[in-house]
Amino acid sequence: MKAVILFHSTNHAIWAENELKSHKIVCKIISVPRHLSSDCGYCLQINAEDKEEAINLLNTNNIEFEKVEIL
Amino acid sequence: MLKDKKKSCVIYFDNAATSFPKPDCVTTAVVHYLTQIGANPGRSGHKLAIEAGQIVFKTRKSIAALFGLKNPMHVIFTSNATEALNTAIKGVLQKGDHVVTSSMEHNSTIRPLHEMEKEGIISLSIIKADKIGILDPEKIRKAITAKTKAVVINHASNVIGCIQPIREIGKICRENGVIFIVDCAQSAGVVPINIDQDNIDILAFAGHKGLYGPTGTGGMVIADGFDFKKIKPLKYGGTGSLSDKIEQPDFLPDRFESGTLNVAGLSGLLAGSEYIQNRDGGIRGILEHKIELQNYFIQQAEMLIKDFCCYSSFQLPSTGVVAFSINNFSVSETAQILSDKYGIMCRQGLHCSTLAHQTIGTFPAGTLRFGFSIFNKKEELDLAVQALKSISESRNI
Repeated sequence: MKAVILFHSTNHAIWAENELKSHKIVCKIISVPRHLSSDCGYCLQINAEDKEEAINLLNTNNIEFEKVEIL
Repeated sequence: MLKDKKKSCVIYFDNAATSFPKPDCVTTAVVHYLTQIGANPGRSGHKLAIEAGQIVFKTRKSIAALFGLKNPMHVIFTSNATEALNTAIKGVLQKGDHVVTSSMEHNSTIRPLHEMEKEGIISLSIIKADKIGILDPEKIRKAITAKTKAVVINHASNVIGCIQPIREIGKICRENGVIFIVDCAQSAGVVPINIDQDNIDILAFAGHKGLYGPTGTGGMVIADGFDFKKIKPLKYGGTGSLSDKIEQPDFLPDRFESGTLNVAGLSGLLAGSEYIQNRDGGIRGILEHKIELQNYFIQQAEMLIKDFCCYSSFQLPSTGVVAFSINNFSVSETAQILSDKYGIMCRQGLHCSTLAHQTIGTFPAGTLRFGFSIFNKKEELDLAVQALKSISESRNI
């Protein structure tokens, strides 16, 4: 199962991708799926089981994000 | 460094205006972006747009590391230090505010401040530096009043290279609850700077000088703990975020970065910033190299050129900028001969800093200026000294 993290800004999406990858969390920037909407065009796709760890990392690094949605 | 005919024929000492040549990696990075990526960062979700976004992010991170900043989103890219200073000055100051600045400022600071004073928005105190261009922090403390909103100081002079005691001045600002804005156009990449330890709230840097990036790059760096909402944006427009709203985003960096960024320039800036930070000896090594060149040049010139008149201080910490003149020659005349006859490129005149020249006593004639780079060698200085010696002797025949 996959999850996506939505951001206000692409700058934050790219920062998040770099941070998660440096902690070996598999992730990929993708365009926002049709049924969701985001303030910027991107979102970060992760494996749903990594959701908690990813959120912790984003919070620790003060990386702002909109929300996380399970696909 | 690239070796080609054109570069091997010139001696370039105009690095305080724009550094040249650039490290090879800078050119390679710009070409790579223009030929392999080319896309707009932060506007689309395709692979190339994301790669462009990665370059911008890495540049932010590299600049954050350079200044000891934790949050890379507090690095705001502008087209140069002037735009960054205008953003900070016009963004922070409001009607009735008082500002303290110095007599060593570049026009990029003094002109926006003077304009706001003329329009009756702010009142301004200009603290005079001593004859060698150094400010006494206590004079700044005494100039601060209950209405003082900000102190704006040039870290290193583009005229004579002297370095101001910003940490002490910043401490005074902290003690008085005053915003400390620092113009690091000349010092970024040359003098070690830590935005937190140096008590800076907002700093402006140029990408095309000591960071060896292309022209058209620079930025405003906001301290981690500073409330950036105290700064009103200079520009409003498209950011690639909150596109469904007509309000400007209030988060960083989008609040201040409207319009497409200069990604070709930032690609080069990233390469330049990494180049100087990874160099043996780091930024401190660059400063030592420049001081060595400056002292060697002054020593040789004073020994060999009888009409040499130097305004930069020998042995004092400096960014490797030497202001001088040859008696009996106008500075523009000397610069012209240096360029045409000897292939030596330098700056002459008032260097956009009339107040600094008034402070050191070289107004209105101005001076010649040699600004050294990491690539300059003592042999080039020897050639320049010989050229200046010949020029000075030619008038005495």
